[in-house]
Amino acid sequence: MDDRTWDLIVKAFWPLFVQGVSWTIPLTLASFAVGLVLALLAAVGKLSHVKVFQLAASGYIAIFRGTPLLVQLFIIFYGFPTIGLKIDAIPSAILGFSLNVGAYAAESIRASILAVPTGQLEAAATIGMDYPLALRRVVLPQALRIAVPPLSNTFISLVKDTSLASGIMVAEMFRKAQEIAAPAYAFFWIYVEVALIYLLFCSVLTFGQGKLERHLNRYITA
Amino acid sequence: MGEILVTVDNLHKSFGQNKVLKGVDLKVAQGSVTVLIGPSGSGKTTLLRSLNSLTRPEAGIVGIGSVTVDFGKNPSKSEIRELRAQSGMVFQAHHLFPHRTVIENIVEGPLYVQKEPQAQARERALKLLEQVGLVDKADDYPSSLSGGQQQRVGIARALAMRPKLMLFDEPTSALDPETVGDVLVVIRDLAKAGWTMVIVTHEIRFAEQVADHVAFLDSGVIVEEGSPKQVLTDPREPRTREFLRRVLDPLAAEGVQGDQRLDVPTWAKFDHLSDPQTPYPRETVISGEGI
Ligand SMILES: Nc1ncnc2c1ncn2[C@@H]1O[C@H](COP(=O)(O)OP(=O)(O)OP(=O)(O)O)[C@@H](O)[C@H]1O
Ligand SMILES: [Mg+2]
Repeated sequence: MDDRTWDLIVKAFWPLFVQGVSWTIPLTLASFAVGLVLALLAAVGKLSHVKVFQLAASGYIAIFRGTPLLVQLFIIFYGFPTIGLKIDAIPSAILGFSLNVGAYAAESIRASILAVPTGQLEAAATIGMDYPLALRRVVLPQALRIAVPPLSNTFISLVKDTSLASGIMVAEMFRKAQEIAAPAYAFFWIYVEVALIYLLFCSVLTFGQGKLERHLNRYITA
Repeated sequence: MGEILVTVDNLHKSFGQNKVLKGVDLKVAQGSVTVLIGPSGSGKTTLLRSLNSLTRPEAGIVGIGSVTVDFGKNPSKSEIRELRAQSGMVFQAHHLFPHRTVIENIVEGPLYVQKEPQAQARERALKLLEQVGLVDKADDYPSSLSGGQQQRVGIARALAMRPKLMLFDEPTSALDPETVGDVLVVIRDLAKAGWTMVIVTHEIRFAEQVADHVAFLDSGVIVEEGSPKQVLTDPREPRTREFLRRVLDPLAAEGVQGDQRLDVPTWAKFDHLSDPQTPYPRETVISGEGI
């Protein structure tokens, strides 16, 4: 590696990092938050006894898990305008990511709701709770603890998947890397550099996941 | 019999082809303790859970106080909820909320269902904990308690809703022998304080002491019922007699005799209820008033 390349790598770090903190991370957080709400609705819908809810939830999950994320983004950003529905790049990205994350997280949440013993629901019923209240106060808090590891997986995947938004003109971190790399023809080093920054983000999140799990497990004694 | 609080009329329940309750009738007087006994699989749990519709019978009527539900007439959710509000239930496996502390378990219903003010609910919860002998555990999580302590928290949680009726499904059969006594003492004190209770138990000696009425269930019907003295010591029905023989002296029932037989362990004799050295504070009497 010559001095000029090294110089480029050093100079690129800060702009890339800033782009990551100001775009990649917020994009991830916003999409995950919306995705979790969708996931919860889909999970409860799939567990519901109402056929329409079951079908809607299963259909949603099947479609968004069964098609590529990049294609979903392209349909929303490039496809919709041609049928008269124009959505800007960033809302398109958030929409695509959250729909996708929601479909994956729904299955994790559904499984963890099912993992809460039925005795808990019965106990809730005997102290007068209806199903929504029992879900909120008794089942979901316990399901959350069970769901954290699989949801963390989804979350960390999402951090990396936001790089796909570069394909629909969102100026997130990977797009910035492309812009820096192209004129200098430094694809190898700049892409390795941006990969390492993704790795850094994910490592921090994994650390946070551990802390969260310990917090949620505080009421379990061995 | 005094004023009737609970009326069960011709209750039927099947699971698939398996007919579990075949027309059960039962009356429970206000302020009395009814003990349900019977062989495993006879339908005791099913009957108890029908009283609060955790198990939904196909037909029959359950009335508690002024609330009557006719299960044959497809009762609505709100009817079921009203029926449920009449009773508190203590499960064999306690089913405490593991993610909430002891006191949070107790105030959960009062706060979120009955919308009681926080300070008042807490105060009542502490009083209940005092009554079951666990004030010092108020801020612990259930997982750090012994089985007997968990069960007593379960009792306090049910009492906190101020039910008219308390239901117990084998409250001590999952416990270590040394913690059984503490739980039985709490239940006995509830009986003394005039609570109306229906208790499923295999603890025949305990039943003798606390029951006003004993019903023997076999194959989904009440075969025999009456005073504990009559049913437990002088049963009329051969099936009751056979059941009691097996429960009270399992080895004799299997034909084991003489020095092959083990001594009945002390905990099984229920002496701890009358033992002056019992660790449980005997002066605590759970009053139905003020909670
Ligand atoms: N949810 C269920 N689904 C299917 N069958 C059930 C269910 N609950 C109970 N049964 C069946 O109903 C019958 C009566 O069960 P129940 O639990 O009421 O008996 P029990 O008298 O409480 O017995 P035990 O002393 O063992 O607790 C049994 O044959 C049991 O297998
Ligand atoms: Mg049972």
